[in-house]
Amino acid sequence: MQASTPTKAIPFTTHLINFITKWGSVLTIFVLIIFFTISMPNSFLTTSNLTTILRSISIVTVIAIGVTVSLTINGFDLSVGSMATFADTLVISMFVWHMLPTVPAILVTIAVALIVGLVNAFLVVKIKIPDLLVTLSMLFILEGVAMTYAGGGSISQGMPRLDGTPTFGTLPSSFRLIGQAPYIIIIMLVVVAAVHIFLNYTKYGRYLYVVGGNMEAARLSGIPIDRYRTLAYLISASLAALGGILLASRIGSAQINAGAGYLMPAVAAAFIGFSVAGAGRPNAIGTFAGAVLVGVLENGLVMMSIPYYSMNIVKGAVLAIALAFTYVRKK
Amino acid sequence: MKDISIEFPGVKALSNVNFTLNNASIQALVGANGAGKSTLMKIMAGAYNHYTGTILLNGEEVNIRSPRDAKKLGIEIVYQEVDTALVPYLSVAENIMLNVLVNKMGHKVMVHWPAIHKAARQILKRLNIELDTNEIVENLKLSQKQMVLIARAIAEDCSFLILDEPTAPLSNTETEELFRLVRDLHDNHNVGVVFISHRLPEIFEICEEITILKDGKVVTHQPIEGLSVNRVIEYMLGQKLSETFPKRAVEISGPLLQVHKLTEKEGAVRDIEMVVHAGEIVGISGLVGAGKTELCKTLFGALPIGSGDIKLKNKKLKINTPYAAVTQGLALVPEERRKEGVLIGEPVYSNLSAANLSRFSTPFGFIKSIAERINAKKMIKDLGIKTPSENQKVAYLSGGNQQKVAFGKWLIADAEVFIFDEPTKGVDVGAKHDIFELIGNLAAAGKGVIYASCEFAEILGITDRAYVMYDGMIAKELDTKSTTEEQLLFYSTGGK
Repeated sequence: MQASTPTKAIPFTTHLINFITKWGSVLTIFVLIIFFTISMPNSFLTTSNLTTILRSISIVTVIAIGVTVSLTINGFDLSVGSMATFADTLVISMFVWHMLPTVPAILVTIAVALIVGLVNAFLVVKIKIPDLLVTLSMLFILEGVAMTYAGGGSISQGMPRLDGTPTFGTLPSSFRLIGQAPYIIIIMLVVVAAVHIFLNYTKYGRYLYVVGGNMEAARLSGIPIDRYRTLAYLISASLAALGGILLASRIGSAQINAGAGYLMPAVAAAFIGFSVAGAGRPNAIGTFAGAVLVGVLENGLVMMSIPYYSMNIVKGAVLAIALAFTYVRKK
Repeated sequence: MKDISIEFPGVKALSNVNFTLNNASIQALVGANGAGKSTLMKIMAGAYNHYTGTILLNGEEVNIRSPRDAKKLGIEIVYQEVDTALVPYLSVAENIMLNVLVNKMGHKVMVHWPAIHKAARQILKRLNIELDTNEIVENLKLSQKQMVLIARAIAEDCSFLILDEPTAPLSNTETEELFRLVRDLHDNHNVGVVFISHRLPEIFEICEEITILKDGKVVTHQPIEGLSVNRVIEYMLGQKLSETFPKRAVEISGPLLQVHKLTEKEGAVRDIEMVVHAGEIVGISGLVGAGKTELCKTLFGALPIGSGDIKLKNKKLKINTPYAAVTQGLALVPEERRKEGVLIGEPVYSNLSAANLSRFSTPFGFIKSIAERINAKKMIKDLGIKTPSENQKVAYLSGGNQQKVAFGKWLIADAEVFIFDEPTKGVDVGAKHDIFELIGNLAAAGKGVIYASCEFAEILGITDRAYVMYDGMIAKELDTKSTTEEQLLFYSTGGK
């Protein structure tokens, strides 16, 4: 009954700690913004730079939202980075090799992602391999599949296939557009909003959380837990694929391991998101805040001309601090 | 052990208990559930340190306040849950020699494997146990795991061995093997054995002396010769304080649930034949480990059904998951409340709607949040759940209130047959009364109720008819009105 007597005088330090654990990550974002604004008064806090930040975090956010959904059922999808790479490769090949229009190309890619999600779910739910291991294997498999499919190299407009067959496909301008500034940001915001609504206002979202909270109790409440665990992996794979498609649109080609770099920031964003506003569980808005934190940090560091090879030191350290807010109070 | 008393928050578990054990005898320690058997033995093994009283060994006062103290004096205990004491992915030899490996290494760094295996083999040989010391413990049968633990106990100088319900999970042949081992320890190794069991015939088979506990006090200590099963039961029950049960007279109509030859896949329950009529409360009685929980879970599809069938209103049910059971009109309030019954990290309102969220959703799956909360408030009022609001996390409610939440979940779900597994466990008297009333209301509404409990008084107080389980099977069907606690205990302990 501890929590039923909140009227007792709680020491100020407890309040402070509570406040920091709830709003620490958001606070960090503001501290970073203030710091960068003071360091670079003329360039950091401008509309164009803020747009740049939002654009640059779009892909990470979309992938991180997928990871978030896999976390709701107490799972973990590590294969999202490779899934993005594979989606990038697939969608570009649809245009360049098979000359498909935009919509079918995207649909084929998402369909393949759903199959990958099903395989993940099958191995986790039916074969009962721990999720971390399944998705780690899938990480390698997809990396290999993408590379093998592309013939060990990259794919871009006008480049012949590995066997020398010339290609005639081009990237449609409509496809080019979705990676450009307002659209990519709008897509990201729509994904965040949709998943937020899905997780908090539909029974499916509620069930995902319930399954993640206590699988046995959920099972004995008559919730078809296997179905919901599968659903989570389907969502995380398709959002990773969407991230890969956005990536393809941005860079206009399929590159080896192009998506691999998104895994860690996405995972970090999802975990930072746990604590935002005291949610205490994976949630879409929190993940978005986590991605903003990562994006602001990266952008500021680039603008301060920190050498790229040293940037990971700062990035890692700040992530650790942000994550400390999430976990410091957990017993 | 002299004048041993111990209290836990709210209960005096033992008061002034005297217990004597010779190292030349096998002594039975019996008592009904909650009599304090395990507590007493845990004190002897050093698992508790807040007791009062003295422990004497060979006439000298000794101080046992930690498991380490007990081990030094040669007191070893094998708990019922063997898996908690074994390291599953290590070999038999390593598990037997675990204490030696942990405590007797001194400054040595390297493990001398041949010596470890040799020592382990010698211990096994001394006990006449056929086991490969290289075998991984995970692959062993339950009885073999127990033997590994017993072997570990005597790997060091053991003069007293406590076996806490060792036979509960064993089959007949495995039990025989265990008995042979216990006799061997007693005859050839001069070890005093305490044998806790609910199965009275076994006690008469193997023990020489018996101590009977009741409500934390010793009722009698005497040689087992000259006692009968019935006499032991009388001692165990004594004069029980009668509780009040708000049993309502309900007209019982036609059969609702019919179970025919139901067997769990691994044989945890076998050949179950039972009927539940509409408006009837059917008790499942039996001691801990008799298979009551397993039966409840098998009926509900939480354990896989091996064979047999379940009919509801003459329609055969296909139950392979709890989900299927719920959609076909069954509800289960499980025994392990915090682990299985409620979602402790979730607020009250989402717990109450967890089993039937569809009722509070639009066709596209959006939750009607207002309806959900209104319903939660109504349930909180109807069931008398003590909570500041429907937004309170269930983790912060008391045991009885958590149980009411677990009930409320199913009341919303509108089932035909309700299965309750030990619903009053860890629940205070007031909440107990409320729970009985709720169950009575369900019956009055024409539902079928299955009520599993190891409390005989509850079975007699609330049910119309009772099945007594023993060793995974139904041993007897009794009409509650003409049944006594003695009869329930007689059949629960393997009487025929």
